[in-house]
Amino acid sequence: MAEGNGVLIIGETQADELSLASQEILAAGRKIADDLGQELAVAVFGSAVDAPARQAVAQGADRVYSVTSPLLAEFQVELYLAAADILCRETGPAIVLVARTNQGREVAPRLAFRLGVGLAQDCLEVSVDTATGTLLANRPVYGGNAVAVVSCNQSPQVAAVRPKVYVPLEPDQSRQGEVVSFPVDLDESMVRSRVIEVVKEEAEGVKLEDASIVVSGGRGLGGPEPFAKLEELAKLLGGAVGASRAAVDSGWVPASYQVGLTGKTITPDLYITIAISGASQHMAGCSGSKAIVAINKDAEANIFREARYGVVGDWEKVLAAMTETVRELVQE
Amino acid sequence: MPAKIAVLAKQVIDPEMPMAAFQIDANAKRVFTPPNIPPVVNGFDENAVEAALQIKDSQQDVTVTVISSGAEFALDVMKKPLSMGADELVLLQDESFGNPVDSFQTAQLLASAIRKLGGFDLIICGRQASDWDNAQVPLGVAELLDVSCVALGKKVELKDDKVVVERLIPDGYEVVEASLPALVTVSNELGQPRYPTLRGIMAATRKRPTIWSASDLEMDGGELEPRLTLHDLFVPVSNTECEIIEGDDEQDAGRKLALKLREEKFF
Ligand SMILES: Cc1cc2nc3c(=O)[nH]c(=O)nc-3n(C[C@H](O)[C@H](O)[C@H](O)COP(=O)(O)OP(=O)(O)OC[C@H]3O[C@@H](n4cnc5c(N)ncnc54)[C@H](O)[C@@H]3O)c2cc1C
Ligand SMILES: Nc1ncnc2c1ncn2[C@@H]1O[C@H](COP(=O)(O)O)[C@@H](O)[C@H]1O
Repeated sequence: MAEGNGVLIIGETQADELSLASQEILAAGRKIADDLGQELAVAVFGSAVDAPARQAVAQGADRVYSVTSPLLAEFQVELYLAAADILCRETGPAIVLVARTNQGREVAPRLAFRLGVGLAQDCLEVSVDTATGTLLANRPVYGGNAVAVVSCNQSPQVAAVRPKVYVPLEPDQSRQGEVVSFPVDLDESMVRSRVIEVVKEEAEGVKLEDASIVVSGGRGLGGPEPFAKLEELAKLLGGAVGASRAAVDSGWVPASYQVGLTGKTITPDLYITIAISGASQHMAGCSGSKAIVAINKDAEANIFREARYGVVGDWEKVLAAMTETVRELVQE
Repeated sequence: MPAKIAVLAKQVIDPEMPMAAFQIDANAKRVFTPPNIPPVVNGFDENAVEAALQIKDSQQDVTVTVISSGAEFALDVMKKPLSMGADELVLLQDESFGNPVDSFQTAQLLASAIRKLGGFDLIICGRQASDWDNAQVPLGVAELLDVSCVALGKKVELKDDKVVVERLIPDGYEVVEASLPALVTVSNELGQPRYPTLRGIMAATRKRPTIWSASDLEMDGGELEPRLTLHDLFVPVSNTECEIIEGDDEQDAGRKLALKLREEKFF
């Protein structure tokens, strides 16, 4: 199975930069390539790839494939897939890593199927057995209640890595790498779907996924109005507001607020949960927080097993007093 | 416009079961639950049934066929989509079909059944199965059948020879148009699935599922070769010690919590 050579990362760019998620898996890929004593390559797609290519080298890539076609100017899933498929077949990597981002969620499985190989999905950790070249992937299953260790039986071994798990390497501008131009022949007829409209539904202020403090509310809030109180605390702390799926499903806040397995993955310094029980699927999106605070009236709630600080009590009373004290402290 | 719709639905362990009921057989590397906890239709697949039925409600000559693959089924559970209003149920049942690890195999089985049923204009799936959270079987089925694919829908409509999907993105949604035949996956944002009606339940009791085993499906050896190996399955341990902040009353505890977070320099 140790066919192929090297580690290939399917890169993503954002505003002519390598996306943060790609920078993260570069760190994971660098380690694996070093352990194997092989090369780390990153593929960047599109027209303006010079800046991201330099960035990729500075952050660990030995080689950058600049995958170009007039049809790759904007992300279109079938065209990107076709290009990634050609690249994998022609360069024969042993391992392919994809960040499980919005794009990666779709690209990774479809690419693996095109290549006729398995995919280790949504991994928290990837490492390599140097003796056999086997990529071992730890991935949460059953909503995070269990972890499975899996490996792929065919080559290339493909893994999708969850964002915000690995930390990007410090850029080193003196690192040397080769940029290889890789033109691909794509055809407009490959396009089967088109985005005809984009509707943004995000809250104003600090972005949930970037906030260093997040205040989230759950079903125990009982309705949409209490979110104004969470908003107030978040504002005082310079943070953002999130929610459990139960709060989203009840229609209290838009889906873009959801934290969890099927919502956003966040890693704030402080995550304050209010009337959230701490189901594993919720924790899947916030367990990378530096500290979790729980306000819940049920002392047995699972959230207290994951929290650093907790108050057992009615959220309304606890939150009101907490917010007032925070206000006084920040005004000091 | 007449339309043939397939919904792919999986029977899963109830994800809302009490944590204590969740157990792992370390030797067999599989999860099991006590017999008093019945399985359910994967939640997102009920959303998929709902999406299909909304289309059926809005136009004439729409048939909805539910297809599921697995080692064994609780028939009353799997009949729920029929009692919601789906027309047919096809169960791909064989001891060898129960591998939760290998999405590749599952996708091959489902694709093979879809071909045998003559293909569909639209295939609707859940975004992921709540057991192995793979989120890849549908994308695989679309690739194997070479049909268009749109993931993470919250609204699905047929318009002329296209499917129009409101697809979730991290900061809202985008409207995507794809040519038919197409496969679409849906998420809970689609809305609460309808409850079975009494009439629906009566009709479902009378309906018999089509049951196919491995020999009924055309698969070659290569297609069934396992793609993944499972080395280990374990329950992760959390080692956080929670400091419970107490006070004279709840207000006092709230104040102390704020002071504590200040002291720890969180703000
Ligand atoms: C496949 C799948 C994916 C999922 N993905 C996600 C996801 O991404 N994100 C997510 O959040 N969930 C997700 N879920 C749902 C998850 O399993 C839980 O159902 C959900 O997180 C529960 O939300 P909650 O904690 O707000 O509600 P509940 O579990 O109902 O908890 C409410 C809490 O509020 C407390 N409470 C009630 N009243 C008060 C009061 N007055 N004062 C203080 N406390 C009070 C209660 O003690 C309780 O602990 C998913 C489920 C599945 C099956
Ligand atoms: N065994 C199965 N039978 C029928 N549909 C399935 C099966 N496994 C997965 N699916 C479909 O694919 C979706 C995603 O599943 P998964 O890729 O396993 O997370 C599910 O929501 C179902 O719609």
